[in-house]
Amino acid sequence: MTLTTFNRRSLLAGSLALGASSLAAPRMAFARAAGERNLLFVLLRGAMDGMAMLAPLGDPDYAALRSAALPDYEGATRIDPIFALHPAFTEVGSAYAAGEALFVHATATSYRERSHFDGQDLLESGAATPNSLREGWLNRLVALMSEGETPRALAIAPTMPLALRGNAPASNYAPSALPEASADFMDRVAKLYAEDDQLAGLYAKALETRAMATDDGLRNLRDAAKAGELAASLMREADGARIAMIELGGWDTHANQRGAFARPARQLDTLLGAYAKAMGPAWGDTLVLVATEFGRTARYNGTGGTDHGTASATLVMGGAVRGKRVIADWPGLAQSALYEGRDLKPTTALESVLAGAAAEHFGIDPARAMASLFPGRADTALSGLIRT
Amino acid sequence: MSPQSVALNRFGYGIRAGESASTDPKADLLRQLEQFDPRPGPLTARPDTSGEAGALLRIIREGRRERASDPSYSMEDGAAATSEARTGRSARAQQLAGLPPEYRAKLREAFGRYRKDAATRVRVTVASSTPFAERLVHFWSNHFSVSTGKPGTPFEVGNHEFNAIRPRLTGTFADMLKAAVLSPAMLLYLDQFQSIGPNSTFGQGQARRARGNGRRRGLNENLAREVLELHTLGVDGGYSQADVTGLARALTGWTIPNLARIARFAEDKPGGAAFVAVAHERGTRRVLGKSYPDTGADQAIAILDDLAAHPSTARFIATKLARHFTTDDPPQSLIARLERDFSRTGGDLGSLARTLVNAPETWEGEATKFRTPIEWFTSVLRFTGAERLDDNRITGALRQLGQAPWSAPSPAGFDDVADAWAGPDALLRRVELAERIARNVPSDAVLARADAAFPGSLSNATRTWLSRAESGSQALGLLLVAPEMMRR
Repeated sequence: MTLTTFNRRSLLAGSLALGASSLAAPRMAFARAAGERNLLFVLLRGAMDGMAMLAPLGDPDYAALRSAALPDYEGATRIDPIFALHPAFTEVGSAYAAGEALFVHATATSYRERSHFDGQDLLESGAATPNSLREGWLNRLVALMSEGETPRALAIAPTMPLALRGNAPASNYAPSALPEASADFMDRVAKLYAEDDQLAGLYAKALETRAMATDDGLRNLRDAAKAGELAASLMREADGARIAMIELGGWDTHANQRGAFARPARQLDTLLGAYAKAMGPAWGDTLVLVATEFGRTARYNGTGGTDHGTASATLVMGGAVRGKRVIADWPGLAQSALYEGRDLKPTTALESVLAGAAAEHFGIDPARAMASLFPGRADTALSGLIRT
Repeated sequence: MSPQSVALNRFGYGIRAGESASTDPKADLLRQLEQFDPRPGPLTARPDTSGEAGALLRIIREGRRERASDPSYSMEDGAAATSEARTGRSARAQQLAGLPPEYRAKLREAFGRYRKDAATRVRVTVASSTPFAERLVHFWSNHFSVSTGKPGTPFEVGNHEFNAIRPRLTGTFADMLKAAVLSPAMLLYLDQFQSIGPNSTFGQGQARRARGNGRRRGLNENLAREVLELHTLGVDGGYSQADVTGLARALTGWTIPNLARIARFAEDKPGGAAFVAVAHERGTRRVLGKSYPDTGADQAIAILDDLAAHPSTARFIATKLARHFTTDDPPQSLIARLERDFSRTGGDLGSLARTLVNAPETWEGEATKFRTPIEWFTSVLRFTGAERLDDNRITGALRQLGQAPWSAPSPAGFDDVADAWAGPDALLRRVELAERIARNVPSDAVLARADAAFPGSLSNATRTWLSRAESGSQALGLLLVAPEMMRR
């Protein structure tokens, strides 16, 4: 007998014993009423160029900064008097038209240097200074939602990202090409780990998550459509994950940006489209937050790309979203308006977008959410993003 | 852990099948530093790949020109396919299928070279009688991380470790820094190969030709920033945006051989790099308050020499080394000890390694450092003697475990803390692979071999569950995932 013979329901019902010691660690409670709200956080690693995703064509200074990019937006939909959506985003564009997506432009965290690693650290930990906190804001969100029972949280990634690390229980899962181990062997490993807190805890979580994932034939996460469907399959049921996170790389477009941006953009769009579709009726209760550590230089560099910058754009999507809007206190692109003379100037705190949307979505007091998820900021949580 | 177990597992890659622990662990580690072979047999057989990355980029360039009229077509899709380390076979095949035959063939060749080099690296470590030195190779290789994700790099990532890192293992940090930063793999990976001085002869010519169409080529500051942030001073090491730009300008002209348009101006440099004087930004550069005269290719080298000697660099390197050889939160006393040694010796890497061996801190404490997938897999192969795995199985297993060599997701290299590796899914994969490997190798006397692998350090729980196993193979499988194998 192998684990594939268990399905989610039988595991939940406890009708099949995995071996008593396999679940020796306290089991997560994941019984939640149907119709609960879902959050998928998509982290774009490498500094996604917000000015490529949502190009400010209506800004008089845009063309001079990026004349080489103009052909990309010929015929692109102007979703706003100023902004055109990059043509790779067809699914996102449809969601926008349907009122299920909005953008916040010129967003940045409180980080003002230009290191990917520190920038991601701050965006994931939620701390105001890099490398100061070893737990993530999504994990703290789990804790905020946990009065009563703990919602299930899951990273769809081969390793646990910082954003979900912390005291609240969270697991990770990624499709594997390895053959499953025999049930007997797995049971004995559980016994071997019984006295080892670290390994016993990890192992129990792994078994639970594996049992939830049906055999999808996926061997890795490179197929964006299947990755989106996988995320949905782990979330859409009443007993699925309420909070999940997925990461996409490839945004560090230092050179030949036109092709280099379109590739990950198509992947992201495909993933989001497949996810929305596969969520089915649960899409109506779903919020997707798509964010990156910082933006890129306003001007193309010497190799047709962009270097590390400051403000970018944030995508808020889902059936629960009050969409079809671009929220931007647009700073402009004149030389004097650029941050340090080179980057799009941030005018909205990314933290206030994330905390505001999560708070409204889950019915948490916004001030409390802001203070817990992103401590040490003066910003207030944005409101009005979610249909409540 | 006992000193013998520390020497075997914390400093090395675990015991090798059929061997026993040294009776004088400290002396044995020092011996390893002296007997380290920078060019063992399998590495001397590697063919010269120096023109290959340039050849691949020529094909991409040709393709882009031919297909400039078709914006939906992207030669970069092929570049995405080169990140073999993170790509499953079918996805890769799909990406490859749509590409022109000549390009496809070159990409296949690149994947093949990467696979061969990655497997060779694993085999060299598995067979090594100087595993402490091999661990240092991997530490430095990861410090100067390069990755397969950019066009052409699969040809060069192995070369980077074999020819820039290995021969300088006990030399000076400055020499390793210069070799690693100015290697073809790094110049490709961090976009330096196409960075051009805006006021150089080449940059001005480009500007005239490109006027109006925005295709002007020029400066790219990616490598310069990562040299300061990741290779030398560290992110809080005290540099500014102006220092990044200054170093970026000094680095212009450093590129790879055999590139279209500029190959005929290129002057060969040691290590397989090239320098194109007409693409170099002439003039005096200022970095960290010091002026560097207009000396062409040597200008960047002079800056790198000074960065290597900077106090922030000593601190940064000491911290990373201490973290690797003790715990995720290394003792301040060890950091200070290594920092002093680095400053006193001018960055003598051999001296730093000996300081690690002689420091009390590295021998203290229980095993808490979580083995990375590469460390775990290498230790498993050494212990089981499973040496007959073919190249595809070795790279495939590491990919499934989440750490294919030279495929770190960022220029910072692979993380060196447990939080990055001790995940539920990652653990389950080790369990699955362990059972599979245990079925295919000799599994006699597992308990005795376990005692030899962790002298004086095997826990009662592990001993109990190994002895209760229903077969030798099952006992072996359990040992491969036991707490003793997971942490060092």
